Amino acid sequence: MRADLLTDAVAGLEAALEAVDAFDQVLAAGLLRPGPAQAAGLTALAGAVTGTPLASRTAEAAEKAAGGAAAEDDFLALAAGRTALLGSVHDALMSRIGEATGRESVTEEAPGSAGASPANLLNAARSWLCDVARAGWQGLDRETVAGAAPVVSALLPDTGLRRLAVLLDGFAAELAASAGPGAPAGRFPLRRWADLWARGLILTVPGAISPPRTSGVTGRLLPLGVDLTEHATAVQAQVHAILEPAVGGPPRLVRAAASAPKPDTVIGAGLWQLLRPHLSLLAAVSEGRSMDLEDMPVTAEGDLIWDDARATPGEPADPLATARVTLPTAADPRTAPLDRHPARIAVPVFLEAYTVAEDGTCTVTGCTLPVDAGRAPAAGPLTAAAVKASTACVGLLRWDDGTFRLQPLAVETTVKKRKAVVGAGDWGGGTADKAGLRAEKAAADARTVLSERAGRLLRKR
Amino acid sequence: MPDWERASLARVVPPARPRKLAKVPFVELADGRLQGVVSSGSDIERVYVSSVASGTFEFSCGTNNNRPCGGARGSFCNHVRALITEAVVQYGPGRVARYLKADDPGDEDAAATLIAGMTAARPPQGDRGSAGTVFSRFLRHLAYTEFAPATAPLPELQWFPTARAEA
Ligand SMILES: [Zn+2]
Repeated sequence: MRADLLTDAVAGLEAALEAVDAFDQVLAAGLLRPGPAQAAGLTALAGAVTGTPLASRTAEAAEKAAGGAAAEDDFLALAAGRTALLGSVHDALMSRIGEATGRESVTEEAPGSAGASPANLLNAARSWLCDVARAGWQGLDRETVAGAAPVVSALLPDTGLRRLAVLLDGFAAELAASAGPGAPAGRFPLRRWADLWARGLILTVPGAISPPRTSGVTGRLLPLGVDLTEHATAVQAQVHAILEPAVGGPPRLVRAAASAPKPDTVIGAGLWQLLRPHLSLLAAVSEGRSMDLEDMPVTAEGDLIWDDARATPGEPADPLATARVTLPTAADPRTAPLDRHPARIAVPVFLEAYTVAEDGTCTVTGCTLPVDAGRAPAAGPLTAAAVKASTACVGLLRWDDGTFRLQPLAVETTVKKRKAVVGAGDWGGGTADKAGLRAEKAAADARTVLSERAGRLLRKR
Repeated sequence: MPDWERASLARVVPPARPRKLAKVPFVELADGRLQGVVSSGSDIERVYVSSVASGTFEFSCGTNNNRPCGGARGSFCNHVRALITEAVVQYGPGRVARYLKADDPGDEDAAATLIAGMTAARPPQGDRGSAGTVFSRFLRHLAYTEFAPATAPLPELQWFPTARAEA
C-alpha cells in the first residue's frame, strides 16, 4: 500500500468541507428565527452545489430558510445539498484510497431497489427532524427531543424501516443527553449531528430505504475481521471478508452482518449472544475458518444477506494470510449512492513493517496514521497493547476528522513467545478465554433477568 | 472549529458499563430525574418505581400498582438507594452526579458518598405522579428484547462505533 498518498492533501476537499461547516453552524442556532450569520451559512451550502442538478432547488430552500419560512420540503432540499456535497468528498477520498491500495473496484451498475414504505411513518419522522432543525441544537428542550420516542416506537417493528428507526433512536438519545441537566452548555458535535439529521431526512424519502435487489452467489468465504457498531439501543456486527466465486473470476470483497435493537443494558458479550444465533459466520471467525456459501443472496454493494442455511463451515483460514495473499487481488465493492459519505468509508487493508507509538499513531513507510484501537469490541482480545506489539495487521481504512485512520480488525503478534493472530471479533462465536467466559456468564444473567421481566410484565397488559 | 466539532464520529454519550440486573432491572437519566424500577425482594410480581430529581433531589417511590413505599418516609428508602447505586455502576459516578447536580463523589465508595451527600441536603419527598410514565418507559425498554435480529446491512450504525474502554 502507498501510505504516502493517504497523508497528501486531496484537492478541493477543504473547500467542500468549509461549506459543510458553514451549514452545520446554521443548525446549531436553529431556523426558527434565522439571523444574518445563518443566512450566510445557507448561502455557502447553496453556493457549493452550484452547477449540479440540485443547484436551483437548494438555492430556493436556502432563501426560504434564511427568511425563517422553510417548509419540510425545503429542509429536505438542504439535507440533500449537504448530502451531495459530502458524497463528492466521499468519492474523492475513495479514489485516493484506490490509488493507495492499487485495487480495482467493481464497476457494474446496481439495479434499482424494490418496494415502498408506509408514507405516514416516514412523514412523522420527517416532521420531528424539521422540529429539531427549527429549534437548533441550542434551542432543544426536553419536549422537542421526546417527540422522537413515539416515532421510533412506530418504526421499529417494521424491519423495512429499521434503518431509520435505529438512526433516530441513537440521534435522539444524544440530543436528550445534551438537553438534559449537567450537559456542557454551548458545545455541540456539529458535523456529527448534521450528518445524522441530514441522513434521517433523506431516509424519509419514500423508496430511500427499500430493500436492495440481490443475486445468489456460491463460493468460498474468507473472513478478514469483525467491525462492531452500537449505540445504547441497537447493535450490528459486520464481518468483512473475501469471496472466491466458485465459477472463477477475481475474488471480491464482501460484508455480512447481523443487527438488532436491544435494551441499553445488553452490552459487551451480551451483544455477541444476541447476534450469534443469526450469523454462523461469527463462529467461523472465532474458529479461524472459511465458510462455503451456496447461493447466498448478495447486493451489488457486496453485502451478503446472510442465511445460515446457505453456509457451511470450511477449512481453517487465517485472516492475516488472507489479507497478505488474497486481498491485493480482490475487487472492492461499489458504494450505494445514498451511502456515499466519508463516515461510511471502511476499506480493508493489510499493513506490515510499521511501528505504533505511545500516542496510538501508526507509522508505515515514513507516513503516520492515527489508529483507532478503541473501536475494537470490549468483549474481545484485541487490546491497544496487542496492536502496539503487533508486526502485521489487517484493518479498515477510514476517514474522519480530516484524516485517514486505521481501525485494526486482526493483528499478528507474539503471545508467550509464539506467533499468534488476535482479532477484534475473536469472541464473537464464543470463547475459552477466562475473562471472556466471565463476561459471557454476566451477560447471560442480564439477558435472563430481562426476558423474565419482559415475560412477566409485558404480557400482563 | 475545534476538531471535535468537525468529526462525524465524535463521541457524545459514553458507553454504559455492565452491571447485574436482578435487583434493579432498569435505570435511566431522563425527564430531569434519575429514575428506574427496583424489583421487590419478597414478591416476584411486584416492582417499585423510584426516582430522584435533578437539583432538588426530590425523591419518590411506590409500587407499579401505585401503592406508596413503606420505606420512603422522610428520606431515601432502600429502593432509591439501590437505584442510585446501580446508576453509578451503569453510568459512572461523574455522569450521575452531574445529571443530579450533586457534588462529584470521586471514585472511592462513590455511590455511598453520593447518597450521603444528597440525604444530608434533606431532600423533599415528591408525589408519585411520574410513576406511570416511568413504568411505561420500563415496558418500552423491555420491548427492545423482543425485536428479531436481521441480516440486512444497517449502514446508519457506521456513525456509532463501539468503544472499548482501555484501562
Ligand atoms: Zn421504596
